[in-house]
Amino acid sequence: MIGIVDYGMGNLHSVSKALERLGFEYKISSDIYVLVEMDGLILPGVGAFPDAMEILQETGLAAFLQDWAYAKRPLLGICLGMQLLFKESEEYQLTEGIGLLPGRVERFKGVNAQGEVYKVPHMGWNKLSFSGNDHPLLKEVEEGHVYFVHSYAVKTEDSSILLATADYHEEVPAVVGRGNIMGTQFHPEKSSTVGMNILKNFGKIVEEAKENE
Amino acid sequence: MLTKRIIPCLDVKEGRVVKGVQFVNLRDAGDPVELAEFYDSEGADELVFLDISASHEGRETMIDVVEQVAGKLAIPFTVGGGINTLEDMKRVLRAGADKVSLNTAAVNRPELIKEGADFFGAQCIVVAVDAKYDKDIRSWRIYTHGGRKATDWEVLDWVKEAVRLGAGEILLTSMDQDGEKKGFDVKLTKAVSAAVSVPVIASGGAGKVDDFTEVFNEASADAALAASIFHYKETSVAEVKDYLKKEGVPVR
Repeated sequence: MIGIVDYGMGNLHSVSKALERLGFEYKISSDIYVLVEMDGLILPGVGAFPDAMEILQETGLAAFLQDWAYAKRPLLGICLGMQLLFKESEEYQLTEGIGLLPGRVERFKGVNAQGEVYKVPHMGWNKLSFSGNDHPLLKEVEEGHVYFVHSYAVKTEDSSILLATADYHEEVPAVVGRGNIMGTQFHPEKSSTVGMNILKNFGKIVEEAKENE
Repeated sequence: MLTKRIIPCLDVKEGRVVKGVQFVNLRDAGDPVELAEFYDSEGADELVFLDISASHEGRETMIDVVEQVAGKLAIPFTVGGGINTLEDMKRVLRAGADKVSLNTAAVNRPELIKEGADFFGAQCIVVAVDAKYDKDIRSWRIYTHGGRKATDWEVLDWVKEAVRLGAGEILLTSMDQDGEKKGFDVKLTKAVSAAVSVPVIASGGAGKVDDFTEVFNEASADAALAASIFHYKETSVAEVKDYLKKEGVPVR
């Protein structure tokens, strides 16, 4: 059973519908006692980083997710949910994240190296480029187009966690992963076949984790 | 590289797609869910549903349509028409739409844009504008109420204000070109695209595949929306995208 963490900032409907289509059982909950019984968790998210962290801290979900990740249980962050897995964000003010992955979330500059202005948010379909780092989340997934909507992107020195990037005036981390901790900057639930295959892989990772318990 | 988006638009009235759709291969050409799936399979990057229902019941039916579409589609879709309050936005977005499009209501009360953006994030809020050239002001004027009512807003002033308030995208319809099938309004689209930092969807005037190349290459549109050219099968999403690919325009 996959738990979708409901902390008031996600487009829960489309994620849950996608899981339903793939035939995975899920439960949407904000209750730690319910979530702890799950085999894997999805942290969705749309909105501002500081607001999201404030809710996650107040509800105890931040600490719960840290414990969850340290216990090597599968966790997938989507969009803002992925950014929250990192150490910190400079959205509005410097805010500490859940801190499971090294890196900082920074705003797109809106001006490239040649001084040309480009649009922020990065919105629409962009192509994935695999880094070569192996991870079951991308098993048999093609290097296709996926749907992005974001104004902030992750900056990390640790290239070992980058599984795929997209090119938007800079190299944008698109899929990240270290063992059980995974994230996609784009919306897999809105990314047609490529996105559905990634969610299917996450579902399989969760099923395997359950069998190994 | 970010690709250019092709967006079919469906007018929905009391839960049914209207404005003559010629799809012989569909079981029911008026069913929005079936049409949405068809366009998805053809490679549409996104869909827009415009609710033109006049009644309260029609609006309720639209919520069912949104839920069904959200259950079947794995591409983003926007719902517009009759969204006047934050409550209206909540209902449509909670039913599974990815974005809402505001038009007349935003002009009447611009704070509505900010309320929506603060609550859901700017990426959810599309501001749709209907613009028509006005020689008296030597620019384009904003119209509301489905193009029936002229306002005091000049187009560039309005789109800048909309973006300042939190619009995440501008859906720009040229009233001069709409229905003419002579191509998108390149001048208007270029001017708006240069004036704002957010993506611009060009709409109105698509008549042939080449019109799409022009609006992307010459007007820097981020996306192009069309209705009848797709509904009447004068071309298809797949054909447009194949053509754009050959012309060197990045598409999915």
